[in-house]
Formats: sequence, structure tokens, C-alpha cells
Amino acid sequence: MSGPDALTLAVIQAGLQQVCNEMDIAFSRAAFSPVIAEADDRSDGLYAAEDGALIAQGEFGLPVFVGTMAHSAAHLVRLIAEGAVAPPEPGDVYIVNDPYLGGTHLMDVRFCRPFFVDGELFCWLQNTGHWPDIGGMVPGGFSAHATEVEQEGLRLPPVKLFKRGVLDREILSIIQSNIRIAEQRIGDIKAQAAALLVGEARLGEMVGRHGAATLRAAIAGIRERAAARMLAEIRRIPDGVYTAEAFVDSDGVVDAPLRIALAVTRQGDELVFDFAGSSPPCQGPMNSVWATTCSAVYLAIKHIFPEVPINAGTFAPLRVIRPAGSFLDAQYPRPVSGCAAEVSQRIAEAVFLALAPVLPDALWAAPAGTSGNFALGGFDPLRNAGYVMYQITGGGYGGHAGGDGLTNGCSTIGISRTAPVEVMEQYYPVLFRRFALRQASGGAGAHRGGFGVHYEVELLRGEARASFVMDHGRCGPPGVLGGGDGAPNVVRLHRGGITTIPLHLSKDQGLLLRAGDRVEVMTPGGGGHGDPMARDPLLVARDVVRGYYDAAQAEALWGVVLRDGAVDAAATAARRGGG
Amino acid sequence: MNQRIAGIDVGGTFTDLLLQDRDGSLRLAKVPTTAPNQADGVLAAIAAAGATPAMLDRIIHGTTATTNAVLERKLARVGLITTAGFRDVLELGRRTRPNPYGLKGSFEPLVPRELRREVAERMDARGGIVTPLDEAAVEREVRALLAAGCESLVVHFLHAYANPAHERRAGAIARAIWPNGYVTLGHELLSEFREYERGTTASVNAAVQPVLDRYIRRLQDQLSARGHRHDLLVMNGNGGTVPAALVAREAAKTVMSGPASGVMAAAATLAQSGLANAITCDMGGTSTDVALIAGGVPEVSAELSIAYGLPIHLPMVDVRSVGAGGGSIAGIDRAGMLRVGPESAGSAPGPICYGRGGTRPTITDAHLLLGRLDPAGLLAVRDAVPMAVLRDAFAREIGGPLGMDAEQAAAAVIRLANVHMTGAIRLVSLSRGHDPRDFCLFAFGGAGPLHAVALAREIGIPEVLVPARPGLTNALGCLVADLRQDVVHTLNRGLAEIDAAEIAATLSAQRARALAVVLAEPAQVERTVVLHAADMQFRGQTHLVRVALPRADMAIAEIQAAFEAAYFARFRVALPEIRAVLVNLNTTVIGQRHRFPLAALLDPSRRQGGLAAAHLGARRLYADGGWTEATIWQRERLPEGARIDGPAIIQQADATTVLEPGSRAEVDAIGNLRIQVSA
Repeated sequence: MSGPDALTLAVIQAGLQQVCNEMDIAFSRAAFSPVIAEADDRSDGLYAAEDGALIAQGEFGLPVFVGTMAHSAAHLVRLIAEGAVAPPEPGDVYIVNDPYLGGTHLMDVRFCRPFFVDGELFCWLQNTGHWPDIGGMVPGGFSAHATEVEQEGLRLPPVKLFKRGVLDREILSIIQSNIRIAEQRIGDIKAQAAALLVGEARLGEMVGRHGAATLRAAIAGIRERAAARMLAEIRRIPDGVYTAEAFVDSDGVVDAPLRIALAVTRQGDELVFDFAGSSPPCQGPMNSVWATTCSAVYLAIKHIFPEVPINAGTFAPLRVIRPAGSFLDAQYPRPVSGCAAEVSQRIAEAVFLALAPVLPDALWAAPAGTSGNFALGGFDPLRNAGYVMYQITGGGYGGHAGGDGLTNGCSTIGISRTAPVEVMEQYYPVLFRRFALRQASGGAGAHRGGFGVHYEVELLRGEARASFVMDHGRCGPPGVLGGGDGAPNVVRLHRGGITTIPLHLSKDQGLLLRAGDRVEVMTPGGGGHGDPMARDPLLVARDVVRGYYDAAQAEALWGVVLRDGAVDAAATAARRGGG
Repeated sequence: MNQRIAGIDVGGTFTDLLLQDRDGSLRLAKVPTTAPNQADGVLAAIAAAGATPAMLDRIIHGTTATTNAVLERKLARVGLITTAGFRDVLELGRRTRPNPYGLKGSFEPLVPRELRREVAERMDARGGIVTPLDEAAVEREVRALLAAGCESLVVHFLHAYANPAHERRAGAIARAIWPNGYVTLGHELLSEFREYERGTTASVNAAVQPVLDRYIRRLQDQLSARGHRHDLLVMNGNGGTVPAALVAREAAKTVMSGPASGVMAAAATLAQSGLANAITCDMGGTSTDVALIAGGVPEVSAELSIAYGLPIHLPMVDVRSVGAGGGSIAGIDRAGMLRVGPESAGSAPGPICYGRGGTRPTITDAHLLLGRLDPAGLLAVRDAVPMAVLRDAFAREIGGPLGMDAEQAAAAVIRLANVHMTGAIRLVSLSRGHDPRDFCLFAFGGAGPLHAVALAREIGIPEVLVPARPGLTNALGCLVADLRQDVVHTLNRGLAEIDAAEIAATLSAQRARALAVVLAEPAQVERTVVLHAADMQFRGQTHLVRVALPRADMAIAEIQAAFEAAYFARFRVALPEIRAVLVNLNTTVIGQRHRFPLAALLDPSRRQGGLAAAHLGARRLYADGGWTEATIWQRERLPEGARIDGPAIIQQADATTVLEPGSRAEVDAIGNLRIQVSA
């Protein structure tokens, strides 16, 4: 290792991190849409001029964007080199949301701004924001039935939305003519562009202080050290091949599960991820583009080793074999709206399940692993206005060596908060009949899974159509090391006195509701960790007092016999001894 | 005036006292905090100052009793009565996790599930009754919770901010049964939408209410038994004080009051120094608290959390904590990168120099090795540690692997710690739309003045202010704090749909309610100030912008204009095409107490000897990559107008200020060090 001294490296690493954090903050603070302002569904970073490699990324960004933006920047660099996209000038901002050019789903819109030092391109400032609508067949973009990407919304190749600092009104008008609630988007566009300006100013100060040459050398040094750090972590995994599989319920169009087959190989200084044997591309929107598949692996590893800083070096010891011909490497025009929210979580689950047996103290059983998207679009006769309501809910996390899983944790790929019931009822013609912990949903184990959510919402006025993009409806999140599975996702519709479930269990769209009809959702619990018979009987008794489980479940799942709420030690020993 | 007043602040380690005598002179005391009963430490501090409770005309008290109770979960057993279908709101939270990466966090709600009981009742979002209150069920469940051993009770119903009728009725039923006064109604404490935040705030209140009530009563009794004839005033997290008799009712407001009093002291100091804008930086052993004062007023937030999943949505001085303090441990990580913190040596074993068994170098050790701290001035040392041991530790743990000598390694540790703190300070100011370079850096706490000049340089702040008593700032905050009450009420409607008369009526009702509390101690109040504000947003947004309302009877168009101006000031974005929403109306009533003369903080008789009398000599100081000779000064003896050029070290009993080469300090009229960072 060479280049700047250790102090300079540490100071520049912290400085670059702060540039990105400040972009994250600036974006969220000024953003209009709650998806960004409240749910932080955005990310900001710095990328290498020559190949788009990640230099630094904000700590407050959405985990799923950990790997995608570098892919997007790499495509932009390539397209400029090929002459397909106009070269950058100071003040330009490219806009792009093409999933096949290093993206996720169409709603994730990237802005990319060149950063020049003395007239020479030094790096790229880039951010991604999840727009609440991008056109397409359903409001919000999560169609469960799309069979080609054109049905999912407006697709933008890299074009300059700002040219030398000036917003291109013609491109803006094309965008606004193709999306819903267009008048509010200008607030988000201004915020997204302003965040890059904040980054430009701060990075300019760093260039002024350290000089471009030192900065460039430090970036290379930081990258080498991150690679060394990741290497030190993966050396904790013994040499060998570790396999796991995970299943997406269906693609929303064909009612058959999609298989993710994963073999993780630790060979020397490399950790190789091979998805050979995974299902072929699907008709519905549960295809994953290559950038999202890679990113899902990266974010899973970052969850396992959270202290490793994020830059291109971090992922250098990880090699993901491109799963050509599978649904994890979708090509145009395959629909992809489910890739960021759902498929990525199944990929991460496969990584967790593969490595849990060899990292038993570091890892957890499977988390709920679905974003729990429920969208309701309708017309409110009282306000004489249309609306689109999104309800996203968490689920239980898996148990781990240190304790039980978290209840109502957010999706593996997100960090966002849900909207309060009081806010939902102010904005939309609905009344929640319950919003409760889903009892007995956590998988049994020495450390049990956390609990999912059980809610029931009634339409008060007019008519509306309900759509669902969830997962884990066919089978619950798996337990590990002898732990039981968490409860699977359940959706029920109570309409005109008749109760039905969606054909694909966790995915459907356009289901008609009338006033008085209700939607009931139970989200998955987390998987259990370790042998249930090894759980402290007092904890089992406590869980019964709290009403998480009943006495019969305590005995059946954990072999704990309760008498008047207290543990009957002798009967428990006999029951456990007898298996 | 002409009262004998004591400000007494109980911190984690020390209980500090500042006593202002009837002739204006001051007495100071610092005694160890007594953890089991903080009242013992309070009495000890009064004795240490050579005073007795009987001779004091007034005691203003800051306590960590409720903060500790929440953090250590030593809380009252609380029962909850809530809307059918929603008892798990307090356990489900807002669907997050403690850390962005890693899926291992855990969360225990303040009220366990078996003590959360549901009753049939339901309001809709506009306050209309969907399901009438089942009064018999309320009585039944209240009795059940009492039988289950609950000491305090929360009644928390959905949409009670819109129509509190059910909460009030259930509260009346409960209060008729409940054997004590510990019944909290969700909407009474906070009439704001968001069921999780409102319910958690109410639960925190109920959980600390008996703890605070018992503590204050015991303290008051012990003081009375020793002849003290007055009621205490108690610090709240909003930076104001409340009479002791009323403090337990809204006990949650005392959580996080410690850091708030330091910021109030800073605000008072700034005002008497003719400054309006400062970033306050209170660096202690394990953490650094950062806050912002703009236009003379400390920033207040109603969206703070005391820990993961425990939001307290009451207006409080917005103090953010960074995990960097004197005890932060430095080392090399597995990638060979230099790291400082977040691991801390705390007070046990503490830094190496404490001689209590610490072996890993800390920030405090680095200061000592580089001559920035005087080895003779350390308070917490058990066995004196030779400098060679420190040098060896820096060489072994950091210098060797990175190819530096021990001094270079220690300097690198301080520089990197400053870079991390810089990031935190920038985020605190930027997230509110301020540029930190428009502020001065107000440094206090034991370690703040050691770092301040270097920190200010790193950020680009031109001036540092070190107050006369950096280590007694919280006690000073008690002495200078005014009485204060905040009232919040949610409207959450489009501004255009609201009648100006409704706004005026709500604000004047809030004013009357707050005045009643502030004027409960009329003798303490010289003047009352009423502040109105609106929390507003554009339709479709979720974050709020606070807009000051200069009058209660403003026209709607005036409010709209004030909002647009405030929004642009913060975000540099104008959005004339989108409608404004008025979310909350707020009223703050401040009962201003007499102005405390800060110049009294330094004994004038010790400052008569001129600059020469303050000069202690010289010491080797490592700065800018090499050893240099720094002058050493006794802070307490520096006369007004004294000018000192860096490199220099200014020592006092409670802190050390380092003047980096190129900086210059001047002692102002009230004894502050005003440091030009690049003179």
C-alpha cells in the first residue's frame, strides 16, 4: 500500500463520507414526496470518473442502492465513450431510470452530475430518489400483472435534464405528461438536483484543502484498505461451498414459485456467489436486473459485516457470477417492478441462510423479507377527489444468537418508517379496525422470531381497487440451526360478507372494494434460531403471559408445560426429555 | 433581587452548585453525585459552599433522576387503557430497526403487553364518534390494572387530539378509582397526531412520574427539615423551569433537561456578550453534546428521542449527542486504517493516564502526551502514570503500524477526532438550513476548550468563545433559566380552510393555560413574554417548518407569507404552486427572571494583578507537526482586556483552553475568552 499517510487517508475518508451524508440530508430535508422525505427512499454517492466505481456513499441512504448506482454510473461512462450520450459539461445533470442500465425499478430515478477540477472530469456526484409515480398501468408503479416494462411506466435513458445549470423545460414537460400527481414532482426534482449542488460545493472545498492529486491518491488508498478489511471479515468463513435456496411466491402472472438457488464458495481470498439453477426469466414483474441482483448480495454482506465502510474496494473480494438466462439477470423488455422491493430480499435471504450455519454467532434466521406493499386507489365522493393510498408494513426479524428477533422490523432493503394510522385516516376514506401484533407468528427456537403485524382496514366511502405486492405467502421465513419457520404472509378480502384470498396469495391487483368492505393483512414473523427445546422455560412462560403464544403452543413448540401460568419444571423436563 | 439563590445541577458524575449571594458575590461547589438518592449530593453541595438550606431564598434544580430512570429502565409499573384493536401500537413502533445495517436490534416497550388493555371506543380523524365509549369496560380494566400492581396509568385513544371527549371521560372514571394522582391522558400532555409518538410520550410521563414525584418530595422534605422555607424550581428539557409542585404532572418534560441547562447558560452568556449566533459544544468524557443558538434563541425540537423507539414529542432544546469524548479509544482497524471511537474507555478503566488499568490510548492521553493538558491538573487520577508509558502506548498501538512516532500518532488521533466532530457539527447546523460558518463556537464541558480552536479551524468558524466557568455551565443554566411553558395543539388543515378567528381563539386559550403555570410563582417573574408559532408544511409533505407568529390575530394571508419566507430561508426552494397546511399551533410563555450578572463568575479581587500575575510560565506543546514553546496562564487571574497569542495554554480548575499557534484570545468585559481563530 502506498500514497498519502495514514492520517491524510483517515481524514479524507471521513471527509468524503461527510460530503455524501450532507447530500443525503439535503435531499431528504427539501424533498417533497413522503417516500423520500419521511421514508428516506433515496441515496447519494460519489463515483469514479473513469469507470463509475463507488468512491463513497451516504450513511443515511437506502441499503438496496448500495451497489446499483455504481452500475448506473458505469453505463453512463460507457455510453458517453461510445458517443451514444452527449459528453458532460459543467452544470449538467443527467437523468436516467432505465432498469437495464444499472437500475432497479422505474420509480428509482437517478440524477448524475459531473464534477470538474481545472476543466478535467474528476468524479461523478449521483443520487437516486424513489418517485411516488412514474406512469404505467397502476398508480405508484407496482403492477402485479405487467408482462413488459412499457406497462410499468416511463423509461428514461440518460439525458441531460439540466444543461449547464439550466433545467430543460422540454424534457420536464415530457416527464410531467407521463406521470401522475405531476405538479408535485417539481418539488422533488429541485430537491434532488440541489442535493448534488451541496455535494459539489463540499467536494470543492476538499479539493481546495488537499489538492486533486492527494485526493485521487487517497481515494485509491481507501479503496485498497476497504478491500483488506472485507478480506479480513470473509476469512472468518471456512473454505468450502455453502448452499441455500429461497422462493418467490409467484411472478404475479403465472402462479408458480420462482426459485433462487445459491452456492456461496469461499476459495482463498474470494467469496463467490453462484446462482446457477435459479428459475428462468418470468412473465410477471418479479424479474431482477443484474445491478439489483449484485446489490442484493452486497447489502446482505454489509448487513452481516456492518462495520466495513462502503466503497468499490469493499466488494472487491466478492464475485457474483452473472446468472445469465435466469430471472436474476432480466433483459429488456422483461417487467421488473418487483425486483427492488421483493426479489432483492429473497436474494439476501438466500445469502443469510447459506452462511448462517458457518457464522452461527454473527447471523440470524430469515427475516420477514417483504416490503408488504398494499395500494388502494379510488375516488372519495366526500372530497370529490381521487387518491392512491400506500400501506407498507414490516414483519418479524429472525432470532439470533444474542436474542429474539425484532417485531415489526422494516424490510431488509429499507430503513423507512410507516405512516401512522392517524395520518392514513386523515388523508384517505378508510378506517383501521385493528393494527396489532400478529400473535404466534414468530418461528420457534432457542431464540424465537419477532412478530409480524395484523391489520384490518375498512373502506368508508365510494369504490376503490386494491393491489398487493408482498411475498412469503406460500411458506414463512425459514428458521436456522433447528429453529422453526415464521408464519407466512396472509391477505384476506372481506367483501359483501364473503371472504376471499388472492389467487397468488401475496400478489394481485385491481380488486374492487365497496364501502364497508375490508382488507385484512397478516405479515410474516421471523424464523427461529436454534433448538426450541433449549429455550429458557421462563422466557416461554413470559411469552404466554404477554399473549404472544398460548399455553398449548408453549407445550407443542417448546415442550414447556405451564400450570397456572408458571413453569411446571418436572412436567417440562419429562416433555422435553421425551422429545 | 437581593435574594440568595442557588443553582444546583446533578450530573452523571458531579453535582455542581453556583450560589449567588445577596451582595452579588458567588460561591461554587462541586461534589460527587450520589446515585441512590441524588438529594444527599444536593445537601452536600450546599454544605460544601458553606451555606445551609435555611439561608437560601430560592433553589433552582436540574436533575437527571428521570433521564437515568428511562435509560436504566428503573421505572414505575404503568398500565395502559387504549382503543380496541390498538393495544400493540406502543410495541410495533414505526417499523424501523435500530441500525441501518445488521438485523439484530431489539426493543422492549415501556408498558408490557399484559398491562395494555383495550376498551371499545373509536373516534374518526375529524373527531366524530364511530363507537361510543364502553364506560363499564373502562372501570373493569382500570380495576384489573390496579390489581396487577400498576402504580400509574395512561389513557390513550386514537384521534384524541381531534376530540378528547372519550379520553376525558375515561380519565374521570379512572381518577375516581386510582389511588394516586398518576393518571396521564395522552392528549393532555401532547395534543398532536401520530398515535405512536403521542402514546409513547404519555407512557414515558407515566413511567417517570412517581420516580420524579418521590425524589422531589424527598428533597423538598430534607430541605424543609433543615429550615428551607421555599418551593424548588425544577429545570425542564425546554430550557425553562417549573415550580416543584407542578413538575411531576408533566414529568416527561424533565427528561433531557441536563443538556438543556448548559445551552440556556450559553444563550445567557451570548446575550450579555452581544452575540446572537453560536454552536454550543459540550465535550465530556464519553460524548459531546452539540446545539445551535440562532438569533439568541436556542433551537427547540419536538421530535427528539431519548433512545431507539422512545420518541418524546415535547418541545425541548435540540441537543444532539456525538459519541466522541475524552475517553474515546484510538487504534488501528483490521484494514490498517486509523480509528478514533466509537469505543470509549469511560471512567472505568478510563484513559491510561488515570492509572486505573487502562492500556489503550484515548483522546485525553493524546492531549497529555502533547503537552496540551497539565499532568498535575488531572482530577480523576488514581496512580500517576509516567509519560513514558503513554508514549509507549501510542508508539505500540498506532505509531508503529503506521510508521509514525508517538507524538505524531497522538496528534493524528486528535486531528481525526476533530474531523469526526466537525461532521456532526455540520450536520446539526445544515439539517436546519444554517451554515456553521455564520456562528461562533461556544465551547464548554471539561474537554470542549481543549478542542475548540482546532475544531473551529477545521469547520471554518472564525471565533471561539470559552465562558468563564466551562465546567459549571449546567449549574449556571439553572441560575439563569426563566420559567417556561409550551402548549401545542394540532389543526392539520389547509391554511385556506381555516378561519383566522379560530387561530386567534386557540392561541389565546393556549396563552391563558401557559400563563397559569408560569405565574404560579409570581415573585420569581419580572416580566412575561408570550411567543406564538405555527408548524406548517406544503400539502403532500411530511416534515414541518416552524413559523413565528408575531401576533395571535394575524390574517391568513400574513401567515401564508410568513410560511413561504421561512420555507425559502431553510430550503432555498419556492413552491408557489402548492397549498400550505397549518399542522400545529404553539404558544410559549416565558416568565423572565432577573438578569444574572455573569461578570460575577470570576472573583474580581483575583484579577487585579495585571497580565504578569496570571503568567504561570511555559511548557512544551506539540503543534503543527513539531514541538514548540507555549505560554501558560492562570484563567482566574486574567484581567479584562488581556490579550494572549497562541501557542498558549490557559488553565483553570474546571477546564483547559488550548490556543493553537496563530490564534489570539482576548478577555472580554464579563470574563469570556474570545478567541480569533486566525488572528
